[in-house]
Amino acid sequence: MTLFAQLVIGGLSLGSVYALLALGFVVIYKSSGVVNFAHPALLMIGAYVIARLSAGALPFAVALLAGVVAAGVAALVAERLLVRRMSGRSVIAVTIATLGVDVIVETEIVRRIGIDAYVPTHDPWGDRLVHLGAVVVPQSRIAALLVCAGFIAGFLLWQRRSRWGVAMRAVAEDAPTAGLMGVRRGTVSALAWTLAGVLAAVAGLFIIAFPSPGLQPMTASVALRAFPAAIIGGLDSVAGAIVGGAVVGLAEVLAQGYASNLTFLGTGFAGVLPYLVMVLVLLVRPSGLFGVRELHRV
Amino acid sequence: MTADHPAADVPAPDAKRRRPRAAATARLALLGLGLAVPFLADAFWLQIGLFAMAAAVAALGMTLLLGQAGQLSLGHSFFVAVGAYGYTFLAAPGDRLAGGLGLPPVVAAVLAVVLAGAAGVLFSPIAARLRGVYLGIATLGLVFLGQHVLANAPRLTGGDNGRSVPAFAVGGLSFGSDPGGPQYLLNVLWGREQKLWYLFLVVTVAAYGYLRSLIRARPGRAWRAIRDRELMAGIIGVPVTRYKAYAFLLSSMYAGLGGVLFAIAFRRIVPETFGVSLSIEYLAMVVIGGLGVAGGAVAGATFVAGLPSVLERYAGVLPGLSSSAGAPGVSPAVAARFTYGAAVVVLLLFEPAGLAGLARRLRRRPRARRPGP
Repeated sequence: MTLFAQLVIGGLSLGSVYALLALGFVVIYKSSGVVNFAHPALLMIGAYVIARLSAGALPFAVALLAGVVAAGVAALVAERLLVRRMSGRSVIAVTIATLGVDVIVETEIVRRIGIDAYVPTHDPWGDRLVHLGAVVVPQSRIAALLVCAGFIAGFLLWQRRSRWGVAMRAVAEDAPTAGLMGVRRGTVSALAWTLAGVLAAVAGLFIIAFPSPGLQPMTASVALRAFPAAIIGGLDSVAGAIVGGAVVGLAEVLAQGYASNLTFLGTGFAGVLPYLVMVLVLLVRPSGLFGVRELHRV
Repeated sequence: MTADHPAADVPAPDAKRRRPRAAATARLALLGLGLAVPFLADAFWLQIGLFAMAAAVAALGMTLLLGQAGQLSLGHSFFVAVGAYGYTFLAAPGDRLAGGLGLPPVVAAVLAVVLAGAAGVLFSPIAARLRGVYLGIATLGLVFLGQHVLANAPRLTGGDNGRSVPAFAVGGLSFGSDPGGPQYLLNVLWGREQKLWYLFLVVTVAAYGYLRSLIRARPGRAWRAIRDRELMAGIIGVPVTRYKAYAFLLSSMYAGLGGVLFAIAFRRIVPETFGVSLSIEYLAMVVIGGLGVAGGAVAGATFVAGLPSVLERYAGVLPGLSSSAGAPGVSPAVAARFTYGAAVVVLLLFEPAGLAGLARRLRRRPRARRPGP
């Protein structure tokens, strides 16, 4: 039972990180109609800047801020130079273009990580543990859960209450009408990309924090698991991104924790479970759990 | 949508009349060059050619699926892996480290392609009902599931260090290295690379020709109709689901055949080769070549598959490249990834029709200058 409680906390914590990534993914999709395959690249940029700068003399908060700004600016640049210029082209063409960006950025960061194999993180949590009765959880996991949940709540509130949040929802609902009502769609799209970059950097911090040794080339493939999270929930649903993230995080951590009972499924099964769950969900609901079914009008 | 797909571009009537002869001449010249290469180039270039043709066959399947039928797949490397491991397992005599059935190589190759097709059919209930990007991400799952299976089947893969691929042979003719020392034909070295070159050339030309015949006939028209307006295609009587599944089946068989060639060309296969980045490479090939164009897929495959080896060969001469591990500069493999990543982005921004579009522009320019009647 203790193990189970530990795993659930760990799973929710990882799930909140995936949810943050999936949220950025969904926000981009809803406000600019683009599926951003460069999302792992944004995460890598943020995480790389945080890891490198925090190793020097700078305080951690400054490094974190720099990483968040770097990822946000990178996302904004991608939106201005690539997505905006390709507006009106097929979704698949823009999607492949973001894949090209992802290849370039990931190659460069993996090259910079170089032969060290990883860049260690110097976050304030380190490898300390928290004891809640018999349940032992790393501090970094608790921090991840709290910070990510805070960001998600903040985002939801911002989307409901603020002027730009409402504008973003209007564009997602009906872009041409929103434009006619005076919503600046270009600005909304730029805002969505920047926001997604910021969220990706925060998620990146917690992916490279303990128990991971730091930023590794394989961090990108961990970030990729936010795609099944977004798909499980439905690409066009904010609530779906959060649920999808939690499902993927819980499934992964539980499969990892009970790996000794699941040996018949092979080693490393936890890593592919998100994709398996995704395929099963898609078999039943082709638009994800909360996604709007595409309707055809003749 | 149409603007991104050059295949939908119908040439003007007068151009149509003049073009076939020039195109046929160019194709014959290329074929002649292909036949002459083993007499002109050394084993290094022949080996690059083998890699390129193996990639080209799989890329033809990709361009059929994405360029013609408009379905995004990131799972191509999975089907390539099915072909490569299928051939290796079926053709290899089993030993202590890895299993095998020891079938004749020709039978193994055919069965491996059938196996890849069967895998495509198994996935088609999902493939046929998902659209666009949903399909792209679902097929991404296929690659990870495949990697998981490979990582847990050491009898199939020979473990992390990979396993060697049995040489191809037809009847008494072996396409492997000659155990009895080099042989000569017409005063030219006649070894593994030379023989394989012709084998690969025959397979690639056949795969190319078959795809072109499909694109020009009923299936091609049906796929393009589905790609451009799925609902309309259904209304005018195209069986949408069946043709989508058909495209997926054919593309996975092309990928399987590409995998067989890949295994034969590399002689040793390692599970991690067949990851997501290989799928992205195939995507880059067809985008660089021009979506939906068979010749473009071959050109793009030659570019992407040949680049690392060529850069490596000239690393000492090219500025900014490191010639050996640890030397300053960018390694050739990294430079190759930068190049094709940038090529994809730049082409999509400025020439969405890819190399095929550039070639078409070059062909048209002199014609435009000609005085009118």
